[in-house]
Order: sequence, then C-alpha cells, then structure tokens
Amino acid sequence: MPPKLATEGLSFAVDGDRIVDGVDLAVSAGETLTIVGPSGAGKSTVLRLLCRLDEPTDGTVSLDGTDYRRLDPPELRARVGMVPQAPALRDGTVRENVVIGPRLRGETVEPGRVEDLLARVDLDGYADRETADLSGGEAQRVAIARTLVMNPEVLLLDEPTASLDPAARTEIEGLLADLLAASEMTVVLVTHDQAQVDRIADRVVRLADGEVSDRGHPEEVIA
Amino acid sequence: MTLPPEVQDPVLRKGLAQVAAATALAAVVLGLSYARDLELERELGGAFARGFVQVLAMGALIGVLFSVPLFASGLLLAAMVAYAAWESRKRGDGVPRAFRVSLTGIALGSSVVIATMLAAGAIEPTVRNLVPVGGMIIANAMKTNSLALDRFKGEIENNRAEIEALLAVGVPPRAAVSEHVTQSVRASLIPVVDAMRTLGLVYIPGMMAGMILGGANPIYAAQYQFVIMGMIFAAGGLTSMTTSLLVGRYAFTEADQLRRFEESSPTVLSALRSLR
Repeated sequence: MPPKLATEGLSFAVDGDRIVDGVDLAVSAGETLTIVGPSGAGKSTVLRLLCRLDEPTDGTVSLDGTDYRRLDPPELRARVGMVPQAPALRDGTVRENVVIGPRLRGETVEPGRVEDLLARVDLDGYADRETADLSGGEAQRVAIARTLVMNPEVLLLDEPTASLDPAARTEIEGLLADLLAASEMTVVLVTHDQAQVDRIADRVVRLADGEVSDRGHPEEVIA
Repeated sequence: MTLPPEVQDPVLRKGLAQVAAATALAAVVLGLSYARDLELERELGGAFARGFVQVLAMGALIGVLFSVPLFASGLLLAAMVAYAAWESRKRGDGVPRAFRVSLTGIALGSSVVIATMLAAGAIEPTVRNLVPVGGMIIANAMKTNSLALDRFKGEIENNRAEIEALLAVGVPPRAAVSEHVTQSVRASLIPVVDAMRTLGLVYIPGMMAGMILGGANPIYAAQYQFVIMGMIFAAGGLTSMTTSLLVGRYAFTEADQLRRFEESSPTVLSALRSLR
C-alpha cells in the first residue's frame, strides 16, 4: 500500500536560491510526522509545497500514490488541509469563520457540526463571539476548527503555537495531542518545540538548509 | 515671421494670469505634501505640469483634429484607450498583467457605451462630437480602472495571509478573493456614485450650464447632462467590473496559487508581450 503522503526529491527555489532541496518524505495513514529544524531551514515551505500553495521547482508529491498535480488544487487542499502559523481569521463570528471553507465551496454544514467542532477545540459556547474579541490561543483554535470542518485526510500544522504565550502554548499542545489521539488523521506538524515532538510525534524529520539532515523516532532525533 | 492670430490674442495674457493662480494653488498642495513628508510632490507636480502641456497641445491641435475624416476618429479613440491603459496600469504595478487588464477593461467599458450612445443618437457621428465625448468617457473609464487596480492591489497585499488560509482548506481562488474583488469595485465607483447622488444639488456640471447659457432649452440641457452622466456611470461600472474580474483571475497561477505581486517597470514591448 502506498504511503498516504509522500515526496520524492521535493525542491523549491526562488530566483535560483534553493529553499527546499531534494526532500524525500513518506507519511503512512494515521501517522504523525514532525518536521523540526532551525528558523529558515525550509520547514514552512515544505508544508506549503505539500498542499501546493507553492509550486515545487523539482520533485514530486503524491497522495495515496497519485501525483498531486493530477488532482484539482482545491480538491487536493480539501483533502490535505493546512492550519497556518497565524490564524488569519476574517472579521465576523467564530461560526462564520469555522464554516467559511464549506460555504465558499458551495457545500452545506450539517446542523450541530460547528458546536461539535468547537467542543473538540475547547471552545464550547464561542460560536457567536466576534473573532476580534478572541485571544491569540482562542483564534488559533478557531483556525484549527476551520480546517477540521473539511474532514481532511491529512492535516498540516505550521508551528501552531509559535505566536502564543507559554500558557496558551501548553493549552494548544494538550488539545492537539488529544485531538490526534482520537482521530485517524494523518498529520504533518512543523515545530521547533521539543516538548511538542515528545508529546505528539510518531516520527521526526530534521531539516537544515532545506535538506533532510536526520530522521527517525523522536528519541533518536534531537530537535 | 508673424505669430498666428491665436497667440497674439490679448485674452491669452488674462489666461496666463489665471494659469498662474491655479499653479499657485497647486504649489500650496505640493508645499503641504513636502511639509508633511508625504513624498507626493514628484507625482502630483509631474501630473499637474503634464496636464497643462497636454491640454495646451490639444487646444492648439483641436482645429486640425476636427477636420480629420470620421474613420480617423475611431483610430484616435483607440489610441486614447491604449494610452489610458498604459497610464492606468501603473496604479496596479505588480498586479499580474496590469496592462492587459486595463486595456480590456477600459476598451470594453468605453466602447460599449460609445457604440450604444452612437446608435441611440446621443452622440452625433461627427468628429467634433465623437472625439471630445468619447475622450471624456475613456478618461472616466480610466479613472475607475486606476481606482479598481489600486484598491485590488492593496486588498491582496493586506489580506494575503487570509486568502492563503482559505485556499489551504480547499476554497477555490475566485471565492477566496470575491470579497476583495467586491471591495475593489465598490471603491472604484465611489466618485461616480457620489457625482450621481449629488447631481443638480452640489454638482452642477459645466456642460449643462454652458448649454443653458448658450440658449438651449434648460430641460433638454438637463436631460442631455443626465445622459452624459449615465454614460460615465455605465463606462465606469463596466470597466470596474471587467477589470476586477480579470485581476481576480490573473492573481492566481494555473495551479490556483496566489501570485506574489512584484513591482516592475514594464516597457512598451513587455506590455505588448503580456497581451498574448
């Protein structure tokens, strides 16, 4: 059986400057892969390439063994959804932001679904709050719910706690650990936080200067 | 050598004094811009000086212009559209295919209106009528196009993270930018809509006043002025919607990725290449 998500020689360059260089990854269904490495190592760019927000200059990405360039990009991104580093919510209520993906795709959201999702991200009773009134941690949880509403097969998380204070960071880490334990989702998490690696990762890939410098189980790879 | 009679006319001295007064007012604006560190002096001063030279040249040439055959006025209007698009695309510098978008938007908006009003008899098929009225419609279409491009560029630059967050959950590009496209259309039509709203109350257009002073039936003068405003309104609306629709599409790659808006200084040649 092919891996859920795999890359071969994945590369990305801007004006000849190689930001990601020949990265090979294979993530099995239900697995949580963590990508670690210093700032500027190309971690976030790999995530953007995995959901084709940027176009690889070289190499391939496949989903269930199919080259992802054969899939319609919005369909690919509905299956491989990303939670960006900054929540980037729209003005309006939490509910409007959670359902924005299906709404703009012309799909309906079943009654009670928003409440279920908000309960999963520990935001019970927040549906009608304005996003402008949320704390950083709350906004990030809404961003997670906005991606989860699509039922993605693969969840890409780009340093979801990077912009949060220590208390909110612990909160989100706990939430992610519970969420991932309770689901069958395949996850690729970018972080440079060792605690997140220890708590969440099945396997770790370390990037340096756009290349894979180490890979293995969390205890084998030091973030 | 004797100077042509137009240049010897004593009214020119009076005109020069008026130009001096207008220039003094413009200088106040430039001075304020300098004092407030707005760094707009070059752009504003350049536009003011260019406008003066161009309108004088047009004044001197208009007699010749009105004697060209009718078909040549079509070419003249086409040249006006091309130049308007060339100037207007600078407002969207960095927006992909800004020249092509501007050319399409301005050409479509103004040609539909000019053709319809020619057919309706509101514009006479004479050079004397077609060129100035057509020029006015093109100029207004250009203004709307510039505002739409400027706003769209700002909308995308300020909301890039939000648009990409939507793309990242499978929202199609057109839906991800629809709100920003709407904002661009709305902002670009503010001057036209405000002029329409205040027509006759605050804004008493020169053409109507001139017609009445020239002895025309005041009601007909008002009707005709409304027709002119309607043409400007329609040309602006069509241009703005065409332009916003196209930039909303060209902002994305074929793989539905939001392009980076990189500023450039296109040459005429590169602009022509972008038309392909």
